[in-house]
Amino acid sequence: MSREALLADVRRAIRGSRDVDPPRGYLRSLGPEVDLVQMLVNRLEDYKAEVRRVSIKDLPNVIGKVLGQRQAGSVIVPAALEPAWLTTVTCPVLRDDGQLSHGDIEGVGATITASTVAIAQTGTIILDGGPLQGRRIISLLPDLHVLIVAESDVVGTVPEAMSRLNTTSPLTWISGPSATSDIELERVEGVHGPRQLVVLLVS
Amino acid sequence: MSIVSKIPRSERGPNRLRAAQSGEAQLHPRPDEAFLGMPVFPDAARIAVGDTQLRRNLSHATHTIRAKRLKVVAEMADWQDLRMAAAGIKDHALANLDRYLEQFETAATAAGAQVHWARDAEEACRIAIGIAQSHGVDEVVKVKSMATQEIGLNEAFEAEGIAAWETDLAELIVQLGGDTPSHFLVPAIHRNRSEIREIFATSMGTIGKPAPDDLTDEPARLAEAARAHLRQKFLRAKVAISGANFAVAETGTLVVVESEGNGRMCLTLPEVLISVVGIEKILPTFDDLEVFMQVLPRSSTAERMNPYTTMWTGVTQGDGPQEAHVILLDNGRTRALADETGRQALRCIRCSACLNVCPVYESVGGHAYGSVYPGPIGAILNPLLHGVADEHDAALPFASSLCGACYEVCPVAIDIPSVLIDQRREVVEAKHGRIDQTRLMMAGATWVFGSGKRLAAMQKLASLMRKPVSLLRWLPGLVGGWTRERGVPEVPEQSFRNWWKESEHE
Repeated sequence: MSREALLADVRRAIRGSRDVDPPRGYLRSLGPEVDLVQMLVNRLEDYKAEVRRVSIKDLPNVIGKVLGQRQAGSVIVPAALEPAWLTTVTCPVLRDDGQLSHGDIEGVGATITASTVAIAQTGTIILDGGPLQGRRIISLLPDLHVLIVAESDVVGTVPEAMSRLNTTSPLTWISGPSATSDIELERVEGVHGPRQLVVLLVS
Repeated sequence: MSIVSKIPRSERGPNRLRAAQSGEAQLHPRPDEAFLGMPVFPDAARIAVGDTQLRRNLSHATHTIRAKRLKVVAEMADWQDLRMAAAGIKDHALANLDRYLEQFETAATAAGAQVHWARDAEEACRIAIGIAQSHGVDEVVKVKSMATQEIGLNEAFEAEGIAAWETDLAELIVQLGGDTPSHFLVPAIHRNRSEIREIFATSMGTIGKPAPDDLTDEPARLAEAARAHLRQKFLRAKVAISGANFAVAETGTLVVVESEGNGRMCLTLPEVLISVVGIEKILPTFDDLEVFMQVLPRSSTAERMNPYTTMWTGVTQGDGPQEAHVILLDNGRTRALADETGRQALRCIRCSACLNVCPVYESVGGHAYGSVYPGPIGAILNPLLHGVADEHDAALPFASSLCGACYEVCPVAIDIPSVLIDQRREVVEAKHGRIDQTRLMMAGATWVFGSGKRLAAMQKLASLMRKPVSLLRWLPGLVGGWTRERGVPEVPEQSFRNWWKESEHE
């Protein structure tokens, strides 16, 4: 009932209105002279994320060190995360098989996930729920998010990233740790999501 | 009944202007009063301007965010191109809105969502309440949403015995403080840190986890208290309510742009998600987001990108809510769409850049507009959505100096001054046939200025009245607006014309 009535109201309202072809003169990429990885690092640091550039060989060592330094207590990872990356982790590791309850995950101190693409210009990392990223809850409840980004997945601009996204899976765009400016516009890092974000840029 | 009515009035946060210290009219409506009973803009503005604390908070906030916005916008060499693309995409979507709404419905349904249509606030609330009741819940968690404020969803839930918990930090401050938002983006912009500390300390414990005893007014400590208070509610809630910043026709995707992570909590943890989406939120294609994800954060929070954005399409097995509802809301939007000049207001992406640059908003704040949509955009949107029959709506198009700063900063290039002028015309025409002070004065002026002789005679008369006029302290009626803040202008001894005539002979 309401569907037809609402659509009829829309049709009446737009009758005779002029259609336009949107101009698309905006930039799609940054110049070749821009060091995208360095730009991403700078932007993320502006957001108060910790960023480390590591080689794939060093990755397990760095992961162990980060979790140790930040006293994570325990860590949750997507079931498919490379076991070799966790060889130096000393705290308990929970592998998410998709059956864990909210309560099971709530007490976990840290999470480690991969990502699908990162945008240098805006300092944004995107998760699409792929096998190395897991379902959304595991990167949400823990207080520390260790986020692994392959340098080959770094693009310059938002339009470049959009063309790589799978539109059917849930997407989470992350630009720094959770933050608020609701009190006198003073930025506070850390409200509901992970209060600490550590990005490992892997070459 | 509102949730906060469970909190004894004496224990609620400090309600500036409600406290009868001045004995003047009240400017902070309670949520259960919505904005009914508010004074019309000119009277509300007078109350607000007299509140020095409010003006100090507002001035600090708007100036800070303005400077930040300028910086991040200047970084983008293609800003004007993005702005024109954003305006064009919205115009195209609106010109074909029927087709895109149907396409959205098809795509979202195919992805597992249930799509509902609501012509007005009452219908939208009824649908949302029905869904919540079918799950037998007595509480829901909410992501900050202008559309649900517009339709009074919290109050409708409360009337059915369902508590609707706001989870955005500022909305929480507003809800616990028992007042209404005054800005889209930072709804508690009218509160300073010590007021917020007091609100948290007195009110949190009455509806859930209390604030820690040693709570200070440090923003980080206040945010931490909110984190602990709300975490309980996130983990427990079965049903969440959201709005959406964008709805993609091509894919059926909804988008929520946020900072704190309360949005992610609501969009991920509960079993059921109900999203109330104004029909103007439609974008034709997924790729269109590439424009809006660039212009929105820089215009609203003045950041290169907001901390968190969630994009979801229907239901994803094993990840997030397994039952997803979308309520497509009209509630006056087709009325605005039918207005040829005004329809551009439906491009609005609620960034609030126009509020932050507006000299009127900066002086009076959001409450004076008497609507969930304050500032320059509110001054045109309210009359477009409701018409100008109500005196509140009819006053808003005049709440502007027409300086045009709002148009300059608008990321979707809404020409607010032009729409304001068009709305003023509509307000005047709506009074057609009625005797009215403005009309009489204009008729008188036409008669006087219509002839040089009559003008000279009037000027002479005015000069003769010079003495008695100088004794006047106020003027009656419409012109009395001038003498409320200023003296009556002095009448010169002779008019310029007269002086010229005399000097010519010398």
